[in-house]
Amino acid sequence: MTTTFNRTMLGLTAVTLLTAAGMAAAQDVTGAGASFPAPLYSKWAADYNKATGVKINYQSVGSGAGIRQIDAKTVDFGASDMPLKDDELAKKGQLQFPTVIGGVVPVVNIQGVTPGQLKLNGQVLGDIYLGKIAKWNDPAIKAINPSLNLPDAAIAPVRRADGSGTTFIFTNYLSKVNTEWKTKVGEGTAVNWPTGAGGKGNEGVAAFVGRLPNSIGYVEYAYVKQNKMTYAQMQNKAGNFVSPDDTAFKAAAAGADWAKSFYQILTEQPGKDSWPMTGATFILMHKVQDKPAQAAATLKFFSWAYKNGDKTADEMDYVPMPAGVKTAIEKSWSEVKDASGHSVSFK
Amino acid sequence: MSSSSSVTSVRTGPWADALFGWLAKGAAWLTLALLISILASLLVGAWPAIERYGLGFLANPVWDPVQENFGGLVMIYGTLATSIIALLIAVPVSFGIALFLTEMSPAWLKRPLGTAIELLAAVPSIVYGMWGLLVFGPILAKYVQMPLQSLFSGIPYLGALVSGPPVGIGILSAGIILAIMIIPFIASVMRDVFEVTPPLLKESAYGLGATTWEVVSTVVLPYTKAGVVGGIMLGLGRALGETMAVTFVIGNMNQLDSLSLFQAANSITSALANEFAEAASGIHQASLIYLGLVLFFITFVVLSLSKLLLLQLKKNEGAKS
Repeated sequence: MTTTFNRTMLGLTAVTLLTAAGMAAAQDVTGAGASFPAPLYSKWAADYNKATGVKINYQSVGSGAGIRQIDAKTVDFGASDMPLKDDELAKKGQLQFPTVIGGVVPVVNIQGVTPGQLKLNGQVLGDIYLGKIAKWNDPAIKAINPSLNLPDAAIAPVRRADGSGTTFIFTNYLSKVNTEWKTKVGEGTAVNWPTGAGGKGNEGVAAFVGRLPNSIGYVEYAYVKQNKMTYAQMQNKAGNFVSPDDTAFKAAAAGADWAKSFYQILTEQPGKDSWPMTGATFILMHKVQDKPAQAAATLKFFSWAYKNGDKTADEMDYVPMPAGVKTAIEKSWSEVKDASGHSVSFK
Repeated sequence: MSSSSSVTSVRTGPWADALFGWLAKGAAWLTLALLISILASLLVGAWPAIERYGLGFLANPVWDPVQENFGGLVMIYGTLATSIIALLIAVPVSFGIALFLTEMSPAWLKRPLGTAIELLAAVPSIVYGMWGLLVFGPILAKYVQMPLQSLFSGIPYLGALVSGPPVGIGILSAGIILAIMIIPFIASVMRDVFEVTPPLLKESAYGLGATTWEVVSTVVLPYTKAGVVGGIMLGLGRALGETMAVTFVIGNMNQLDSLSLFQAANSITSALANEFAEAASGIHQASLIYLGLVLFFITFVVLSLSKLLLLQLKKNEGAKS
């Protein structure tokens, strides 16, 4: 009898707990998309949950899937590494804003070459990935690295096998600086690579480059820094050779005209310190909200992240948005409205 | 008294029979319904690509997401080539394993060896993939590809067969990794069916003075051929559908420049896994689903062929007797 009673009580408690959880879930915010910022969004979400008790649930499913999910309104926000053009956004009735900046960095595995020693420019990098420059001691490479002793060995180019925002930034840059690349290959999250082996994810490319002598690959900056990979210096639009770091990414972001549109691709930006392969990652939301409470909760989270998340971003090797851009972003949020046309409050 | 009451209590009315019959029938129909709905949803998803490219998709070697020109030849070739290499390696090895375990192994070795093979089947495919990329690939490049390249250099067809950058990534590595993955499946099915051969038949053959090989080839194999073919098909099915391990070692390259065994290539499953998440909706996604449909079709053809093979074997049996 007692056991039955206990069991019933246990069951009742469980039911009460579940109901409570269900009620809390109504305020949860869900987002899905790009995998590049996923570690940061997860950390921000955990910190935000500690500070406010609101749960942010972010699924790292890839930019393409993130766009599909926000189009279908199955999530409160989508995330993409590739910004949508303004007319496409207008057609979908969505708005986008950048959250953090990252850089794509070429990494090499050549015996005797230490991080930052090798210098490359867009023309040479493009020709390597086109298969036109096949050896490390090619005159074109020697011309910009006169003091470096490069081997008479075949270059093994490595690139991403999966579609990714990293590839988009990389191919967008090559299309801007190498005309043959632009006509033959073009830009996109996945392209028709003329040569090279494909690794899955940043870790796949890094594993290939680490393992194959005389290889070259491209990965996210955070990955280079954490694994102390042998990166190459790049020549930027101003003609200077720069090393990838926070200041170089910030310099690239500063050159963009954010006030005009958030559709900014930060490759090949002017500025003497700019890193040429820089890119921001973006959040997508619907302008007219069926669930204004959810939209408010989403915007509150990002507002909190802009205010309190810079340190976390720095620690994780992402570059926070410049302060002026953040103000412009928060101003743009007034376009997020409920069904009756009132702006959703996030303050 | 008590026994009779228990009998009556176990007995159920005729409605239970009917119910069970319906449940069983329902389960069978459910399978069919699932199959048809999968096929239908693949067709619907792939329709934009089918409409645009038709059957030319199967023969087009270009996969260019930027220009939106999609063809599946490279992936279809990669899937078939890796699976065939895997079968060429796995079938003889599995046959040897099964033969040893059932006919030649000392009794104390049977159980540990059998368990070890079954354990191999339980290793997650990503582990095989990483092992293939980090350990096996370099070994293959250094001790197989480079010597073969220097041996065959200048010889027309053989030289082309082993050309390519010596990175140990490509069709052959993927085929060998697949072979290692399907050996446990084929071997354990073969062992199980070899074991059900009635000892009476085998003993009689031995009694007539047959050697172990003669017993296996004239008694065990004819008796178990359906099971053996089934086991091989199970392995082939796994090889055709394997994704993670292949992605790691095949090189994911959508170009068909040469027929070299060491050329980086791509398989249908690997292309799907790599590109689906980031594929923008539209023709890219539809083409990927079209690839899925092609894989479905390949698997279907393979299964049908194995059934035909079995029928053929049965027919010959009748002719002999």
